[in-house]
Amino acid sequence: MTDLTGLTMAAALDGLAKKDFSSAELTAAYVTAMEKARPLNAYITETPDQALAMAKASDARRAKGESRAMDGLPLGIKDLYCTKGVQTTAGSHILGGFTPTYESTVTQKLWDAGAVMLGKLNLDEFAMGSANITSYYGTVESPWRKAGDNRPLVPGGSSGGSAAAVAAHAAIAATGTDTGGSIRQPASFTGIVGLKPTYGRCSRWGIVAFASSLDQAGPMTRSVTDAAIMMGVMAGYDAKDSTSVDIAVPDYRAALDGSVKGLRVGIPKEYRVDGMPAEIERQWQQGIAWLKEAGMEPVEVSLPHTKHALPTYYIIAPAEASSNLARYDGVRYGLRVEGDSLDKLYENTRAAGFGAEVKRRVLIGTYVLSAGYYDAYYLKAQKIRTLIADDFKKAYQQCDVILTPTSPSAAFALGEKMDDPVAMYMQDVFTVPANLAGIPGLSVPSGLSSDGLPLGLQVLGKAFDEETVLKVGRVIEKAAAFSTKPSFLAGE
Amino acid sequence: MSMDKATVANIARLARIRLNEDELELYAKELSGIMGWIEQLNAVDTGDAEPMSSVVERLLPERADVVTDGGIQEDVLANAPDTAHGYYVVPKVVE
Repeated sequence: MTDLTGLTMAAALDGLAKKDFSSAELTAAYVTAMEKARPLNAYITETPDQALAMAKASDARRAKGESRAMDGLPLGIKDLYCTKGVQTTAGSHILGGFTPTYESTVTQKLWDAGAVMLGKLNLDEFAMGSANITSYYGTVESPWRKAGDNRPLVPGGSSGGSAAAVAAHAAIAATGTDTGGSIRQPASFTGIVGLKPTYGRCSRWGIVAFASSLDQAGPMTRSVTDAAIMMGVMAGYDAKDSTSVDIAVPDYRAALDGSVKGLRVGIPKEYRVDGMPAEIERQWQQGIAWLKEAGMEPVEVSLPHTKHALPTYYIIAPAEASSNLARYDGVRYGLRVEGDSLDKLYENTRAAGFGAEVKRRVLIGTYVLSAGYYDAYYLKAQKIRTLIADDFKKAYQQCDVILTPTSPSAAFALGEKMDDPVAMYMQDVFTVPANLAGIPGLSVPSGLSSDGLPLGLQVLGKAFDEETVLKVGRVIEKAAAFSTKPSFLAGE
Repeated sequence: MSMDKATVANIARLARIRLNEDELELYAKELSGIMGWIEQLNAVDTGDAEPMSSVVERLLPERADVVTDGGIQEDVLANAPDTAHGYYVVPKVVE
């Protein structure tokens, strides 16, 4: 039999429909791959028994002619999504032993569509990070290596386990979450496709909160078509999330077939940042040329507040995080470190339970929200956020989508950029503005760096116009014909 | 800007995170760096821009004020480190 783990979701659905193989066979191949991928540390929890049982149920549905949109496809789930009866850690010691008694809305939708759960994927602690080095459960290693250099590389973050597993064929696709780039940057680092939907497109209910006004769930896949299929299942209104928006979910896959001729692609001049490597600039120019060949018209647009996006984000996200993470108090769930008063119990529990990056951000958030500083920092940042969102609204009067690099660099080695928090935060310079403005963004692999590592291009769209974003992403995917695989593949 | 150890100790107290001397020293240095970098926003003219708390430009949905959930005490307590008689247990607060 052919290597089942090499198939995209779309190809696997075809094979399942034609009875070339069963979900039980496909899932068994992925369970083996998941075990082989252990050196990457991509999974925190493996659920092979549950996977095989779900696969069997899927095969039974298919035999009765009742198969659903993602029936029988084995997924990895970022361990920020609560899964009923399966430990959920958020990559943090403070949630030690937490087993949800409920299921997140998005994962429930995936199971209702017939998908199979392989296990829970590693991530930066509470999704705070750009390299997947802050997890209590250890760093995740990328399956990629630089040409002629065997040092381990980071997979990006925070959805680093998701990216590593999908790239190494240890999951056919995975869920991610994106607060400042946590789907798109790791997708770019590992040569896969990652979509951050419009804020409000997917329910956040049952996903451990980091920064509630920025967090969005999204798919991480091996093709744009797969992203479209998975997006159609994940999206939709949920009465349990008051910020989810009640508008119909379009047929994203059907939208891929539409023409892009005559669409205008905005090129923001402010995204030419100092010190950006020449090869990133070349990828960007190549992307513009591809879209032009497909009949799209490039137009220069201006997003004048771009350079303020990152510091604005580092006020808003920590402020919301400090509030969201106040719930971890050693009383209701997770870790508890006793103290001789209630305050001491809180302080001891949070000292032992949070890692260094989480403490850093909770402290920043507490500071910017504290009396006397609120107006100077938080209120100011909220006003600049309005200006950043307005920049995009104005730009979209001149264009339909915007094209940028996803990340200012290819993947770096484990141990690099770790002494200076601000240098690490710069990883998100191109991705953060979309979160602040709430608009959708897609990262598509576009080529290789001089070191032989994947690079990605980012397509930004208008709010709730994932259809056009995916359609343009598909054009880049076809033109780039990116087919290089990482040096480590678990599935073969 | 620079943040001293006393300021860090104060915000750590507000955030209910116990920090030791070494951590106070480390975070004073790191937070000074991060807040110094953030200071650049002071130069931005925000004019009459409204502060944005949500990108969703619509009113929060309303629903009838009725009970839609409940009766799940066991579920709610299932993950608690310490419970007794259907309640969470904490150190004595009132003497």
